Amino acid sequence: MKIVIENVIKKFIDAKKNEVTALNDINFSINEEEFVVLVGPSGCGKSTLLNIVGGLLSPTSGDVYFDGIEQDPTLGIVFQENALFPWRTVFQNVVYGLEERGASKKEQKEIGNHYLDMVGLADFRDAYPKQLSGGMKQRAGIARALAVEPDLLLMDEPFSALDAQTRTLMQEELLTIWNRTRLSTLYVTHNIQEAVYLADRVIVLSRHPGQIKQIIHIDLPKTKRNSEEHIQQFNRYSEEIWELIRHDAQKALKE
Amino acid sequence: MEKSIEQTSQKTNRKVIKNRVAYLDKQVPFYTPFVGILGLLLLWELIAQLGFVSPLFLPAPSVIITTGWEMLTNGEIISNLSASLYRILMGYALGSVFGILVGLILGFFRTADAIGTPIVYSIYPIPKIALLPLFILWLGIGELSKVTIIALGVFFPVVINTFSGVKNVDPLLVKAAVTFGSSRFNVIRKVILPGALPMIFAGLKLAAGTSLLLLVSAEMIAAQEGLGSMVLHYGNLMIISKLMVGVLILSLLGLTFNKVLKWLEGKLIPWQ
Repeated sequence: MKIVIENVIKKFIDAKKNEVTALNDINFSINEEEFVVLVGPSGCGKSTLLNIVGGLLSPTSGDVYFDGIEQDPTLGIVFQENALFPWRTVFQNVVYGLEERGASKKEQKEIGNHYLDMVGLADFRDAYPKQLSGGMKQRAGIARALAVEPDLLLMDEPFSALDAQTRTLMQEELLTIWNRTRLSTLYVTHNIQEAVYLADRVIVLSRHPGQIKQIIHIDLPKTKRNSEEHIQQFNRYSEEIWELIRHDAQKALKE
Repeated sequence: MEKSIEQTSQKTNRKVIKNRVAYLDKQVPFYTPFVGILGLLLLWELIAQLGFVSPLFLPAPSVIITTGWEMLTNGEIISNLSASLYRILMGYALGSVFGILVGLILGFFRTADAIGTPIVYSIYPIPKIALLPLFILWLGIGELSKVTIIALGVFFPVVINTFSGVKNVDPLLVKAAVTFGSSRFNVIRKVILPGALPMIFAGLKLAAGTSLLLLVSAEMIAAQEGLGSMVLHYGNLMIISKLMVGVLILSLLGLTFNKVLKWLEGKLIPWQ
């Protein structure tokens, strides 16, 4: 199975009635058990692309499809602003997708508790989202996406609203969880270190129009990438990506 | 929260800095709210007892209470109250159920919005009591016309609040629900309805006052029984103590109404 993004173009009409090309001819695929990270300066259309892949936005032209799959693919999305239902408890949020798929109460309970345990929220299963900290909300969001056991996991800057320390911890935790589930994942971020830390492949986007600048394989073991042993290679990747983005990011700043 | 910084170097010139916004978290003893009401009643009683005002126009609270007790024991209150309760509860229930339903539909479906919203907004400003003669002609002088007028008065604030509640639901939550496999119907049931619930309750509270007002007006115009007709009746007879009993019951009815709605809100919206 793989997910193919083929000739995707997205055009918008802006406030001045001008046509703006947000995404120009995007082509890549996500393999089974592959962690792909989209990285780029703000305004490069990376969130737009993720929304198209997630079926929340239609492309102007081009296709997104799952290759080699029998049933309708299941998607799990982790949103930047977590998008937990405020009227549901943590547990009820986590099992939402299962509920909509018609899973039995017993199944919901088993799977729900399993993923709550995995993200470390077992003690907060009956709390409402309002009672949780930012990091805990995002864990709940991750558990909700994992609970449907998706064919593709989509994550839209899930940690960008967190403070730096929580963020580091969450990245480590995400990696641990990912190593247990090994889901095909498309992850959007503007943080280069985060991209190198998590990805099998980093897709660097440029802006105006948003298009693929380069695809970089991260040839490092999946764990302990920032350890003494790999730190040099890690930094080399980061610098390489930064060099690709730098010019665009500077221009973005001037707008 | 007492915050203080001391100047320890010169003990003679010590200046303690105190929390200057302590009044913001000042605690009031639990009995304070009753003091005002009791004081007012006492003053009223005194004025009436000392004969400053003719008891014909302002009977003392004690007189009103004893009159009330008499009317309660001879069944007068029960029969009038139950007639009024039936009308207001039926009207309120009908108006709010239809109001929520129509509000959800107008808010969710663009076509329904385009067709229905102008109609709602053109009928909304009519003072509903003006329609009572019309309803009496159409539906007869019986209960139906009074229930309908109350239902109509409740319907509009509920529709309009539900509508804006639906419009204010975070679209991201709808996207999240759809991502996890929700059908359109489930989006309405599981996302739009709970998301709009706080606004719906604002409408229901608003409608509670309207329904009481319409109840009394309708009963004054066209009813043999009920609190409104009772108040009007004793007004015409100049029996002010009995009139006051009616007003007192209406005030208690309004209070209970609000309490019940508040309790229900707490039950139905525990996440806030």
